[in-house]
Amino acid sequence: MGDVNFFLILSFVVFSIITLGGAIGVVTTRNLFRGTIWLMVSLFGVAGYYVLLEAPFLAAVQVLVYIGAIAILFTFAVMLTRSLTALTDRYNRPIANLVGSVLLFALLMLGVILPVWYGWEFDPAIMTTKVQDTAALGAALVDKEGFVLPFEVVSLLLTAAMIGAIVIAREVEEDEKGKRG
Amino acid sequence: MIPLWLYLLVSAALFSIGVFGVLARRNGVAVLMSVELMLNAVNINLIAFWRYLAPNEINGFAFTAFVIVIAAAEAAVGLAIIISVYRSRHSVIPEEADMLKG
Repeated sequence: MGDVNFFLILSFVVFSIITLGGAIGVVTTRNLFRGTIWLMVSLFGVAGYYVLLEAPFLAAVQVLVYIGAIAILFTFAVMLTRSLTALTDRYNRPIANLVGSVLLFALLMLGVILPVWYGWEFDPAIMTTKVQDTAALGAALVDKEGFVLPFEVVSLLLTAAMIGAIVIAREVEEDEKGKRG
Repeated sequence: MIPLWLYLLVSAALFSIGVFGVLARRNGVAVLMSVELMLNAVNINLIAFWRYLAPNEINGFAFTAFVIVIAAAEAAVGLAIIISVYRSRHSVIPEEADMLKG
């Protein structure tokens, strides 16, 4: 049992370093192409947390959707807008914003994490209860007592967003410009 | 077992880094990347609370799946807007996209 705990803590520390290190890389790097790579690293660390929290399906979705699709989308955007990005300054008022972010972190520590640390009675039984698995998620998504309406709405939203993205990013033809103003 | 507050600590740190990126970065693509970091911090929170407080219910799990879908839609539309602005302004700096200003 002690061995299991050791590897659990070790993997938590490794995933924390990956996630936070990648995030710091995203907000500090000057070369945005490297920034997308750091973003992938950070998202991979988050996938590791999902495995530790016994949600392996979400870990797979994280790797497929975030790393496989969204990060690649960012790579395309960086390449399409590349030529001028290296010339600009990295930050707007970095000191003030850094102080604000640190204050936000301190506030979250005081308001959320400290009460959980002190006040929350840990029930060891919850670690051995059976967690809901992927099959239960699939059933809940089409259950009329569950999430069928949000599921349909989010499908519609995603379709609308994809069509909207195509329309917005489409190159405007020369003879069309007059009509669109 | 890893205590719940450690997950909350990491998630709060990730969220704060994301807030710093959104406020401070001058490049629009970098701002959107920082938004993704913030959404991921929220997802860690949702899954951690789900696992430690209500693992026999499905809600936290399903909410995280919905957040991932919303994040994908947000990234697609956001990047399309940035590319469109870049075409007309040759700039990815959000401050310079002020065509709607009177």
